[in-house]
Amino acid sequence: MIDRQRLYVTVAASALALMLSAGAILAQQPLPPLPKPDTPPPVPPILQSYKPVTAERLKQPEDGDWLTYRRTYDGWGYSPLGQITAENAGRLKPVWTLATGQIEGHQAPPIVNNGVMFVATPGNQVLAIDAKAGNLLWRFKRPIPEDILLLHPTSRGVGVLGDKVYFAAADAVLVALDAKTGNEVWNAKVEDYTHGYYMSLAPLVADGKVMIGVSGGELGVRGFVAAFDAETGKPAWKTYAVPAPGEPGSETWPNGDEWKTGGGSVWITGTYDPETNLAFWGTGNGGPWMGDQRPGDNLFTSSTIALDAATGKIKGYYQYHPNDSWDWDEVTPPILVDYQHGGRTVKGLVYVARDGYLWMLERTADKINFVDGKPFVKQNVFKSLDLKTGRPDVDPAHKPETGKKAEFCPSLWGGKDWPPVAYSPKTRLLYIPANENLCGTITGEKVTYTPGQRYTGAVATLYMAPDADHIGELQAWNLDTGQKVWNHPFANSQLWGPVLATAGGVLFMGGTNDRYFRAFDATNGKILWEFRTGSGVNGVPVSFQIDGKQYIAVQSGWGVDAARMQARINLVRPWEFPDVPQGGSVWVFALD
Amino acid sequence: MGAASAEPLKPDDLPLAGKQTMAWPVDPASNTVRSGSRLNKVLLLRLDSESFDPETKERAAEGVIAYSAVCTHTGCDVTNWHPDRQLLECPCHYSFYDPKEAAKVVSGPSPRRLPALPLKIVDGRLVVAKSFTGRAGFQQT
Repeated sequence: MIDRQRLYVTVAASALALMLSAGAILAQQPLPPLPKPDTPPPVPPILQSYKPVTAERLKQPEDGDWLTYRRTYDGWGYSPLGQITAENAGRLKPVWTLATGQIEGHQAPPIVNNGVMFVATPGNQVLAIDAKAGNLLWRFKRPIPEDILLLHPTSRGVGVLGDKVYFAAADAVLVALDAKTGNEVWNAKVEDYTHGYYMSLAPLVADGKVMIGVSGGELGVRGFVAAFDAETGKPAWKTYAVPAPGEPGSETWPNGDEWKTGGGSVWITGTYDPETNLAFWGTGNGGPWMGDQRPGDNLFTSSTIALDAATGKIKGYYQYHPNDSWDWDEVTPPILVDYQHGGRTVKGLVYVARDGYLWMLERTADKINFVDGKPFVKQNVFKSLDLKTGRPDVDPAHKPETGKKAEFCPSLWGGKDWPPVAYSPKTRLLYIPANENLCGTITGEKVTYTPGQRYTGAVATLYMAPDADHIGELQAWNLDTGQKVWNHPFANSQLWGPVLATAGGVLFMGGTNDRYFRAFDATNGKILWEFRTGSGVNGVPVSFQIDGKQYIAVQSGWGVDAARMQARINLVRPWEFPDVPQGGSVWVFALD
Repeated sequence: MGAASAEPLKPDDLPLAGKQTMAWPVDPASNTVRSGSRLNKVLLLRLDSESFDPETKERAAEGVIAYSAVCTHTGCDVTNWHPDRQLLECPCHYSFYDPKEAAKVVSGPSPRRLPALPLKIVDGRLVVAKSFTGRAGFQQT
């Protein structure tokens, strides 16, 4: 829908007279002297003895630390701490809480290094906190430009290496902070926010580099992953998710300049295999949303790409569905886990897709192979998968086009959106925070590209599947048998809860609209404990240990797509899904 | 923005009770279109002024009202119009505003209403009468 932006209102010429107010010329009391600007505040003892993060520690973190987005490069979201068990989890109590001063979606995991916690929040903010006592050690805040279009006002965390903390600022600038002071050490412009590029992900720190990706799949961006030298911030490489003419994959963009605004945003931290030095990144929807406006498979949108961390070269890829037309970003990376299939051990990649399928893949040094795929929620778009390649046979009746409305399940938010799955090597189960029974329609429409403006060309609605008795569900899958083992449904809520698995056999997750944070029995999905916070819990939960005691930490703070879905379901079931209160806080729990 | 060919707007240029028109202010003395910042973009609606609350009535000119086009939630352009309920909607996170009541937030995540741009009629044309009633743009905390 194009508005008539060429038309305008005329402004009345007016003059402003300036004059001093009476108070301004009255004598005022002398103010006490300010501290000299070159006198830094004292560094708290806990930061004076800050333990530098090494490459080795990132590969094999101590049991009590949580140094990366999912704790380990394989993306498991698993803590080897086991003091909190199914037997005692009912005794969990809050230890401390801290208000972040921000509204909107608080999604970041508290990163914990030897008792020092770093929390990223909306509002371009990073907090350093004494993880045991809850004291605020420093606060970094970077102004957000007034004219930015920030579709997803959130941050999913920081990366750490040496004595630096890396933050992907919303205005597409990568910032390195001094872990001891919170002062900026360097910053590097990643892209131009006025052209729709913004950032929300936690950087991936590996191979001496800081890797980040860009959001903006609804704003006509051309997505990419870029790497910067961790010490200096110097650019190392930049790899686009949409190839330029002549590059591998460009044959899937046969029409003119469509690749320039082709989408493929990257907004969730990649996983990483130190053995092959490959980083696995997920990519978002094509742009604009309707596939018939960009014919072709549109590599490498809605795909996993395997990048050589040294050079950025694409060494392998797997596209989950070609020519996306459902806004199904496949941006969470696959987790690295070996599993049994057909009588052999597969060096695997396992991916839970927004398109509603659970994908079992194989990772090699230079290729990603399809092994198996099956739906984990109602899915009416794929008639079948090719047995060899996994390429879906798409039912055209359920594929929206320009000028054509189509209904499809799951909805545009998918069977699982960004919240990460967890995997426990003890139970060998994969835990999926899914949304079942939500379907949608999209009607495509023509759209013209204006830099920095919305570029989707789609009108979307949400509806519930007939006879739906619940929406959110926490699922557990056995990867060796490929079977679902248990399912915990939520009758009156969608689920936007990242999952934490622990060695004590306890899972932690929030994500429901009733503001609860919960512990589940990892073997059967039964609720062991729940605690009601001030807002909905969209944060990635973590576990850490200080002085021999296990803690659980998570951010509460509802917003972004969880809130958006709430508003949409409220249209379907009026009054039942009112706005969830906003306002962020960090929570830490332990056994009493 | 190529505005050289654009004509100043008159109330009749806007569809009665129809979808909002996006517009830029222009300085009549220099003919400069104030499109340097997207925060200057306004949306215009022509509605039955009998449905306006007193505040809105005072800011309207022949049923035409102007609001900042930038959603106060995360800064998207407010482009959707629901003719049945006469509500504005932001397509990004579904905040609803009631243009008849000073663009108050009816539902959704927006923390505050859209700032209004009071209008008047000069020589049959829509002219800005006063500055925005609040800061255009989204919440910064």
